[in-house]
Amino acid sequence: MNERTLMSRLYDDFIYQNRYLYLVKGLGNTVVITVFALLIGVLIGVFIALVRVNYQQSKKKGLLLRLANLACGLYLTVIRGTPMVVQLMIMYFVIWASGAPIMIAILSFGLNSGAYVAEVIRSGIQSVDRGQTEAGRSLGLSAGRTMRVIILPQAFKNVAPAIFNEFIVLLKETSVAGYVGIQDLTKGGDIIRSITYDAFPPLIAVAIVYLVIVICLTQVLHVIEGRLAKSDLR
Amino acid sequence: MISVKNLYKTFHNLSGPVEVLKGINCEIRKGEKVVIVGPSGSGKSTFLRCMNLLEEPTSGEIYFEGKLINAPDVDIDKVRAQMGMVFQHFNLFPHLTVRRNITLAPVLLKLQSKEEADENAMRLLKRIGLDDKSESYPNQLSGGQKQRIAIIRSLAMNPKMMLFDEPTSALDPEMVGEVLSVMKELAAEGMTMAVVTHEMNFAKEVANRVLFIDDGQILEENEPDAFFSNPQHPRTKDFLSKILS
Ligand SMILES: Nc1ncnc2c1ncn2[C@@H]1O[C@H](COP(=O)(O)OP(=O)(O)OP(=O)(O)O)[C@@H](O)[C@H]1O
Ligand SMILES: [Mg+2]
Repeated sequence: MNERTLMSRLYDDFIYQNRYLYLVKGLGNTVVITVFALLIGVLIGVFIALVRVNYQQSKKKGLLLRLANLACGLYLTVIRGTPMVVQLMIMYFVIWASGAPIMIAILSFGLNSGAYVAEVIRSGIQSVDRGQTEAGRSLGLSAGRTMRVIILPQAFKNVAPAIFNEFIVLLKETSVAGYVGIQDLTKGGDIIRSITYDAFPPLIAVAIVYLVIVICLTQVLHVIEGRLAKSDLR
Repeated sequence: MISVKNLYKTFHNLSGPVEVLKGINCEIRKGEKVVIVGPSGSGKSTFLRCMNLLEEPTSGEIYFEGKLINAPDVDIDKVRAQMGMVFQHFNLFPHLTVRRNITLAPVLLKLQSKEEADENAMRLLKRIGLDDKSESYPNQLSGGQKQRIAIIRSLAMNPKMMLFDEPTSALDPEMVGEVLSVMKELAAEGMTMAVVTHEMNFAKEVANRVLFIDDGQILEENEPDAFFSNPQHPRTKDFLSKILS
């Protein structure tokens, strides 16, 4: 192996039999899982945040609200208290053994992300001045409408950078999808390694792809933050 | 218009219960302008906010147009839609344009069509000379402009009465006048108003009645001339001598 030139190794790892496609397709899966998982995460996150904020603020706590709050608390504890890989494997081997792997991954990462996004959104809701709710209510809007048209839009704006950051975190976290047989970017590199018995170039390539994407996304994040800061000064 | 009977309010703080309102009785008739004054922390805001149930009374009754409104079966949103409220810190919605701030509630509550609401908003904006700001965002406006828009945002609902909680206290001095003059116009048009303020000249000029609240109770109430020239209660004298000096 040592005598082989770097060029011939790169050729074997990536060009021969179009092996680079393992990385391209893997990246595709990684992006699909990340995007849809984040979507699910945001939906779950909004729901949990609403339940928890509602529970905190309402004076008369109905049975339904108390049960929902309890369920959300349990969910947050379990999700945050166990490793992502374990959750993924439980979903794959125990809960939904018949599902398509990519669906299982999307759901698992979504459920996981939801627990973290929930806290982000909750802090966003709480960062909106109480006077906003009072103004909405004093105009005769119901609590629900006030939340929807006045509080949530401002909350989302406040936490947009944090949610975008969650996207970046999630992108890297999905690298464990290979545990349940999904060919994501990381797994793609690993497959090349197992074919060519050459670990260095494919794994470094995988690392570089992640790094470049994360650097680009971080730049985008800075732009978003800048825009938001400017719009606050309007 | 509104009548408050035996109003008590206790807040429960970390340090224990604090009784803020201790038996308030007050009636405001249609078209009346009542100014509420008193030292800081005496319960003026709490009293005002109890009138539209932004604070829930601990006990007592609030009647709006003869109907008990702090009862379980009352749709409080319907009541609030008829009672405008203007806050010390304006509380405009920063993510919406001025026009949308004004039209949001009337349209959502189906009181006006979108076109009617837009037209109404422009008419109100013209009236305060800010029709060129309809597409601006609140953060692009001065404090005085924000507060005048907050007032017409309430007006756009065609309320039967308006509550003002220190509407000029957060303003730079040079902007107080423009807000007060909008309020004076409203008063002249016959709006029923309850105003918490430290602007004693406004009280003298506009009020039919001045209430002095101290330590959660109405210690004295009178028409403005008598209230200012001849206060009865020693606490009122003390308060006035401090604030007028
Ligand atoms: N939500 C609340 N929770 C606990 N205590 C409160 C709450 N709101 C008001 N208080 C307390 O009630 C008392 C009266 O407050 P309030 O705001 O009604 O006074 P105020 O007369 O309007 O004073 P200011 O002139 O400073 O506005 C204060 O001691 C205040 O700390
Ligand atoms: Mg006050």
